[in-house]
Amino acid sequence: MIGSSATEPITVGLFVTCLVDLTRPTVGFATVKLLRDAGCKVSVPKAQTCCGQPAYNSGNNPDTRAIAEKVIEAFEGFDYVVVPSGSCAGMIKHHYPSLFVNDPEMRPRAVALAGRTFELVSFLADVLKVESLEAAYDGIATYHDSCSSLREMGVKEQPRALLAQVKGMTLTEAPESETCCGFGGLFCVKYPDISGRMVDAKVDDIIATGADTLLAGDLGCLMNIAGRLHRRGSNIRVRHIAEVMAGMTNRPPLGEPVEKEKPRKEAG
Amino acid sequence: MSDARSDILGAVKAALKQAGGTGKADTTTVVSSSQRLGDPRANLIPARGRLGAKARVDLFIREAEQASATVARVSSLSGVPREVARFLAKNNLPMTLKVAPGIAEPAIPWTRETLLSVDEGRANGSESASVSRAFAGIAETGTLVMLSGSDNPTTLNFLPPTHVVVISASEITGDYEESWSELKEKGQDGRFMPRAVNWITGPSRTADIEQTLLMGAHGPQRLHIVIVDEETPAP
Amino acid sequence: MESTTAAFRENTAKALGDAKLRDALSKLTDGFPARRREAIARLPEFDALRDAARDIKDHVLANLDFYLEAFEARVVEAGGTVHWCRTAAEARTAILRICKTAGAKTVTKGKSMIGEEIAINEHLEVHGIEPVETDLGEYIIQLRYEPPSHIIAPAIHLSKEQVADTFREKHHHLSPGRSLDEPRVLLDEARGELRRKFIGADVGLTGANMLIAETGSIVLVTNEGNADLTYSLPRVHIVIASLEKIVPTLEDATTILRVLARSATGQEMSVYTTFCTGPKRQGDLDGPDEFHVVLLDNGRTGMLGGEFHEMLRCIRCGACLNHCPVYKAIGGHAYGWVYSGPMGAVLIPGLIGIEEAGHLPNASTLCGKCEDVCPMRIPLPRMLRTWRRRQFERRQTSYPSRAGLRAWSLIARRPWLYRLGADIAVAALAVLGRARGRFRWLPLAGGWTKLRDLPAPEEGGTFISRYHLGEHGDGA
Repeated sequence: MIGSSATEPITVGLFVTCLVDLTRPTVGFATVKLLRDAGCKVSVPKAQTCCGQPAYNSGNNPDTRAIAEKVIEAFEGFDYVVVPSGSCAGMIKHHYPSLFVNDPEMRPRAVALAGRTFELVSFLADVLKVESLEAAYDGIATYHDSCSSLREMGVKEQPRALLAQVKGMTLTEAPESETCCGFGGLFCVKYPDISGRMVDAKVDDIIATGADTLLAGDLGCLMNIAGRLHRRGSNIRVRHIAEVMAGMTNRPPLGEPVEKEKPRKEAG
Repeated sequence: MSDARSDILGAVKAALKQAGGTGKADTTTVVSSSQRLGDPRANLIPARGRLGAKARVDLFIREAEQASATVARVSSLSGVPREVARFLAKNNLPMTLKVAPGIAEPAIPWTRETLLSVDEGRANGSESASVSRAFAGIAETGTLVMLSGSDNPTTLNFLPPTHVVVISASEITGDYEESWSELKEKGQDGRFMPRAVNWITGPSRTADIEQTLLMGAHGPQRLHIVIVDEETPAP
Repeated sequence: MESTTAAFRENTAKALGDAKLRDALSKLTDGFPARRREAIARLPEFDALRDAARDIKDHVLANLDFYLEAFEARVVEAGGTVHWCRTAAEARTAILRICKTAGAKTVTKGKSMIGEEIAINEHLEVHGIEPVETDLGEYIIQLRYEPPSHIIAPAIHLSKEQVADTFREKHHHLSPGRSLDEPRVLLDEARGELRRKFIGADVGLTGANMLIAETGSIVLVTNEGNADLTYSLPRVHIVIASLEKIVPTLEDATTILRVLARSATGQEMSVYTTFCTGPKRQGDLDGPDEFHVVLLDNGRTGMLGGEFHEMLRCIRCGACLNHCPVYKAIGGHAYGWVYSGPMGAVLIPGLIGIEEAGHLPNASTLCGKCEDVCPMRIPLPRMLRTWRRRQFERRQTSYPSRAGLRAWSLIARRPWLYRLGADIAVAALAVLGRARGRFRWLPLAGGWTKLRDLPAPEEGGTFISRYHLGEHGDGA
């Protein structure tokens, strides 16, 4: 564990991601809580907006570089940068350095940032060595392995190990947990019918597990799957894994309204 | 076609020269190309076949059966005709055979088995069963190595619906690389490849119709391997 | 083969609506991936072998001219002839000339993707020569005038009823009342029909999975044995192969063969792996009198040393197709040309041009499963992105999406503007979505809401604004 000294807490810059920032701040608060509970000093640079993936995956490298430069500037000076998303973390960690291959000034800075950037769950498990959680959740959950988390950021066992610490939760494996849900950023609106087929397969797989809750570490996937679950009339509750791990389940699951009169069903 | 040849080679050289600058053309191996051709070396060989003689044969049999071949063992070449007759009778197949010239009489005493009607030569499409001689067997995957030649016509391996292959237990190697070494040792003036080397792993199969697995697509429907335990002269 | 790649959207819509295709494709992806996993579990060295295979191909490509010349010399030594062809047209001409010189009336064919690339069948037919596909799947689609829908299982999109209908229609010399209900019966019928063709053929035309420089040999891989009947029975054997199929030695070919079948179908080894070297030898009782290798460029030198260099490592195993969720949804015909799946999405634009094949690199989530399973470790997602970058640079992307993305990028670089816009938009959507928590429809979001609800944003504002106002969320 890198810290400025053995006694000072490690500093973490939170890259909250545009989807969390705009649509589900609870995930951001949960991330902050998890990091602080583990002893980190957390900062949230105000200047952050987007990691640049939409431009990058559309082949627009110049705009991506311009956005990346802003991110690099805003996040210099922390021991670590932590991201509650495998795809945004992967963008910074794996793709930023390659964007600046021909830029002798930015390249080392991009590489330095990449070296310090982590997806949230793997950061908690692999770097902070968090092994227990205070959280409780009453339900049967299944976990979706988002593609970037799995294949770019090496996230597989860590969420399962940490969720096993959540009191009251039963975890069940979906046979196709590693299969893409069909989000793919702009793909799902450019090729909606293909994406629809893919998300239907994902939804079938989840429903067949008998789980009442779906968890994942990427909000794009979660919005995509939740959106299709609801369109198909399913009651399965969808949350970002950080919410459950931090015990922040007072807000409704994705896509559900705030219930005014109903008693609380979930512990937390 | 020399224009096309020099154009293509020129384009290759130009592309690689240009790539040299971006590092694409750097070789990942230290050995140079002419060295690699002049002194071919084995790459990584799986441990699976690295077994003692008996265990190798056992593995070969297991793998071959896994690939849907059938296997029998006889103690000497003279036991082959009886085994082949037994196999054909058991499967209600005609008792006629086309055998490879290299294992016709007297190498294998076919006439002793009076139920069999035996001819030698290549296959022409009318035969119901053939017998050939393997050069080697590969325990790693239950594969037979067949060499074409006047002794062992390739058509025997593919045309008849039933194919019997005779192999000596001592010819079963652990891995393919060993069989290449043996083949190269037999060669002269650096020429060792026959017209065709066939690696055969089980009978012919296809899953092209609704992914239903079926044997006997165009090649043999049945592959019967007869392992001879006694040392026999190399084919 | 004529491409319909530009009609990707129409092709895809048709494929998605085809229930039979859907059934066929789900069988495919349940079968091959599971068997591949089993095969790999039995071979602890599999990953190390992938690295070795990749290194072999990288070495060969880096020294391609040397190995091509060495291969040619050995082929000639063994009594064969090499024909160098820059383009598909030159390859067609060379093959036709060999066939005409041999007085060929019938040519049997082993499965060859290159043969499809150069559309050799049509060329032979136009010149009065009958080409007969012998791979069972290829034979069936030849009868139906359809292109292949998978690089190793070309008829995977068909049901047995469709095959039976085709046989009834085309094998008119057989009794019309015969039962064709079972795959076994269909196979036996095809086997009988093709047997006559095999024996009567004048020329056998095969592809080659690999060309071996050490010995001038070509490698044929099948499960059916059709390639072996194709080369061993006629008087003339023609091999059509593209430049990048070369490997240095028999040992190198062996290493690659260890990862090929396991990646493709989960078999330990394909049933028939054959190494052909030259025409028949003195004393041989069978085998062809002539051996020709038609070496084809057709765009490969254009890829060499460039951004798609690694694509030349491909050994055509089909693992990427078998594991791709997009391929699973739309099947092979939707790609509109010879190749399909992730390798098709990278290769087709390189061979027929990105203008025509523009959809292919974009119809992907870049999930990375293909690269995960590729035995040659080809960085397919990176190359799909490279195509997208080229399209952007050449302004080949649609105006609305370019404009929309540029707007997003401009805003994303100006945090004050981003914050302003975000605060307004989020507040509005949160209020609008309060009652149901989600939208069944939203202006400008039709692409999403066509098939999914859209979760509404949380009320209270963006995370950044709430955090910097001192909020901690609903914990402490």
